[in-house]
Amino acid sequence: MTASPLIGVLALQGDIKEHELALTAVGARTARVRTEAELAQVDGLVIPGGESTTMSNLAIRMNLIDPLRAASKAGLPMYGSCAGMIMLAAHVTDARPDQQTIGGLDVTVRRNAFGRQVDSFEIDLDISGFGPEPFRAVFIRAPLVESVDSGVEVLSTLQRGGAAGTIVAVRQGVRLATSFHPELTGDTRIHELFVEIVRQHS
Amino acid sequence: MADQEAVTGTSRVKRGMADMLKGGVIMDVVNAEQAKIAEDAGAVAVMALERVPADIRAQGGVARMSDPDMIDEIINSVSVPVMAKARIGHFAEAQILQSLGVDYIDESEVLTPADYANHIDKSLFTVPFVCGATNLGEALRRLTEGAAMIRSKGEAGTGDVSNAVTHMRRIRGDIARLTSMSPDELYVAAKELQASFDLVAEVARLGRLPVVLFTAGGIATPADAAMMMQLGADGVFVGSGIFKSGDPVRRAQAIVQATLNFDNPDVVAKVSRGLGDAMVGINVADIPVAHRLEDRGW
Repeated sequence: MTASPLIGVLALQGDIKEHELALTAVGARTARVRTEAELAQVDGLVIPGGESTTMSNLAIRMNLIDPLRAASKAGLPMYGSCAGMIMLAAHVTDARPDQQTIGGLDVTVRRNAFGRQVDSFEIDLDISGFGPEPFRAVFIRAPLVESVDSGVEVLSTLQRGGAAGTIVAVRQGVRLATSFHPELTGDTRIHELFVEIVRQHS
Repeated sequence: MADQEAVTGTSRVKRGMADMLKGGVIMDVVNAEQAKIAEDAGAVAVMALERVPADIRAQGGVARMSDPDMIDEIINSVSVPVMAKARIGHFAEAQILQSLGVDYIDESEVLTPADYANHIDKSLFTVPFVCGATNLGEALRRLTEGAAMIRSKGEAGTGDVSNAVTHMRRIRGDIARLTSMSPDELYVAAKELQASFDLVAEVARLGRLPVVLFTAGGIATPADAAMMMQLGADGVFVGSGIFKSGDPVRRAQAIVQATLNFDNPDVVAKVSRGLGDAMVGINVADIPVAHRLEDRGW
């Protein structure tokens, strides 16, 4: 078991820095991952927020999509926020037909499910295992989880207006994903949970 | 059960949207076909406008917000975010753009200003705004008005990167000076920057703007993009540089790769090969002062 695990942040595009700060705050070491060699060094991988269409495109062009899939199959712990959730999803609806994902999380995710940027919002969520203190969640052109296979644990749902009971945080073994961006709020509980998953795994 | 009250248009939501664009290239497009090329090349967003800055410069006349039909067409053709430009101070154009559902509004000096004294009160909008700046004071005044993202102005439509460099170095230099000041000197700094003291103190503490800082205005080659990223830009706007060049598809891909791999000259060298002609440039020094866009906005 590693005391301070080395957690990679997929560094193709997006809010890489914010994830690094959150991970450092909870005692992890971080490294940017842009190549297969860099991926091989890390104990876990965060896929940051960003534009999933672009991230998928760049992962293909940088010859990283197959190594990422292989790492996922081999059981590397991964956490994805927003675009990262899309990248981990086994199925994506409402995406470009050529959008490719890493997979490893047996869910169906709908891209951009809440509307355009004017519909982006923040809200307090209850997250399973986090106690009574609500989690301030920032949703930016966010995806939602339409359905989950057995074996996927739902950590949080969103109750609002037409979208009552929408799944927005899930865990499947060493995979964690959120529709929202904990890296933007200073609340590090999601990152703490992921680092704990990595620690247990190593 | 937490109190689930959704709030839209918060500063965190607006600034956070720009965070998601970091490390990316935002490309000017004038129709759905160009928007698809941009998205295929890996653009992180597109800027819908009727004429690219080089054409505005060449054709003259008053440059305004684009036709809503054209913006709709572009919104419907891509999955990446769509931005659009409003004239400086033209709050009604901004209201229209918000109603069309654009993801970000650029209150831009590339269009003919509608108000030579006031910028749009961006805090009144749910949609976020990006604004240009040539120095830190100007950037902070835009933030006070509610902008959620800043870009260096450069000199749009020229293919001459020199002003983008000047503005980026100036903004970064102004920030570096603030960080070396003692607290009591920040009051005078705020006066000289013509910016709110609280923002000045925040920048001094953070050592950077509290929002994302992109570069714009004259970026035409992969090397231009790599240089601006090394100078501290969080990402790149490319206007005329792509679709006014000989091979837009390859150049768009090359600029995306150079922005991503800005610190790896081997990659930038590789993607710089065989791009065909760059856009025909205009030296900023040859443009009469009255026609320079950098001086629009105050």
